Amino acid sequence: MSTGTTKLDVVVADIVTVNDMVKRFHFRRRDGGLLPTFSGGAHVVVEMQDGDTPRLNPYSLMSSPLDTREYTISVRRDDAGRGGSLFLHQRVEPGQAMVISYPVNLFSLDLRAKKHLMLAGGIGITPFLAQTAQLSAEGGAFELHYSVRTAALASYGGELQSRYGRRVSLYHDDRGEQIPLDRLLAAQPLGTHLYICGPSGMIDWVRGRAAALGWPAEAVHYEHFSAPQPGLPFTVTLAASGKTIRVGEQQSLLEAMEQAGVDPPYLCRGGVCGQCETDVVSCEGTFLHNDHWLSEDEHRAGRKIMPCVSRFEGNSLVLDR
Amino acid sequence: MPPQSIISRPVYGMLSPQPGREHLFVADAQGAEAILDMAAAAPDGFFAGAQIVYIPRDADPSLAERLKALSPAMFYEGPSVAAAMPRLRQTLATARMGLRVYLAGTEGLIGQAMQAALEAGIDHSSIQTEHRGSLARRVQCVHCKGITEDVTTQPVTCAHCGLLLFVRDHYSRRIAAFQGVCINAEDPSEIPPAEEAFR
Repeated sequence: MSTGTTKLDVVVADIVTVNDMVKRFHFRRRDGGLLPTFSGGAHVVVEMQDGDTPRLNPYSLMSSPLDTREYTISVRRDDAGRGGSLFLHQRVEPGQAMVISYPVNLFSLDLRAKKHLMLAGGIGITPFLAQTAQLSAEGGAFELHYSVRTAALASYGGELQSRYGRRVSLYHDDRGEQIPLDRLLAAQPLGTHLYICGPSGMIDWVRGRAAALGWPAEAVHYEHFSAPQPGLPFTVTLAASGKTIRVGEQQSLLEAMEQAGVDPPYLCRGGVCGQCETDVVSCEGTFLHNDHWLSEDEHRAGRKIMPCVSRFEGNSLVLDR
Repeated sequence: MPPQSIISRPVYGMLSPQPGREHLFVADAQGAEAILDMAAAAPDGFFAGAQIVYIPRDADPSLAERLKALSPAMFYEGPSVAAAMPRLRQTLATARMGLRVYLAGTEGLIGQAMQAALEAGIDHSSIQTEHRGSLARRVQCVHCKGITEDVTTQPVTCAHCGLLLFVRDHYSRRIAAFQGVCINAEDPSEIPPAEEAFR
């Protein structure tokens, strides 16, 4: 299929319930071989056939990059989501054959850093499980601050603390605990890199404080896969393919193009990687940009759109696709 | 601003005040003027969290006085870049995130201070630079690896091994020097005249 989306035929080797909200899935190669090497922070796109609806969701790999016999992902059930996480929680069984993409890393460690400061919120802990495993094997300096709702929902909090001791701090919302952000950011030695994975509000908060306290953008890394937001249906003309298609309420523009037999490039399907960036030929209406790829200026200019997560409301839209 | 000739040739900008908790300025000679120009645009109290390391070389002594008048938290004046480097490395080694770095003056000064900043883990693109004054180059001989300072001619004789070097625009941030390659390796008796190229 599309750019950079070579597939891996895998089998679900195990499914483990982590807590009320989270299940862990273990994938092994169907031919029994080793999976491709990856680095901490990489994700795979998991393909699901949910009735008539194909679903392709990105999940960070959480297993150690030092062990490629299996890949593991942890999936938080989102009852209000579009259904990918519910499908994995309710319809996938051990032994089932599945297809996942090769791993892609859009959230890698900068190994020139003198120290790595990691801030996780909720299920955003998953890439850090792989990164801490990688760093501790290399003797790299890191500190992980993990914000959770309750102790019961602190996925892997206990494991991380027993593995890394005081390098891991937990903060529980229900106990009124909060990451002491300004103090943390002011206390880091020069050459520290900052990594954030969690809800978008947390990412915005941390990035804003870091910038105000003089952290250069080059030292601040973050990842947030946006699920495509549902919205009003709209019609799009694809100039290069000569097609006019309808994007349904629960469908992303990328998915609608794929359903119409157009094969646009993609990688993360979460508004992060930039692979599906598409030029706007003409438009009369308003864009609902939901990506983290285009700059604010580009969002305002309305000459590009990321069809994996962004939508449109208005009279007409023509894309160069 | 010299024209872009090769991708590694450094490109300099203009100093501008960055958000930060501390500000480290390193400048030589006319680089002081870049700091003074920037100070006009800086918010009140900006220099209260600033350190200035200044190497006057042959510049007008009043420049140093005007820098002191900015009332930085610390002001150091040194006889040479080499003499200032241990202090600079010490400052960087004990600094915290939130320190911003500003370099102004000759390419040699900017390059060497940047080299120390890179070693301390700062990304080069987050360092503010402004070129002022001489275009003289720091050149590394690719043959003996010796560094010749303040090169103004093309070609130049290597101060270490004596080969006649063609000074390329090829620049190394890691070494903080331009590359010099023997210009007459095939016929050492052929000696092109040296012309002033980097004033």
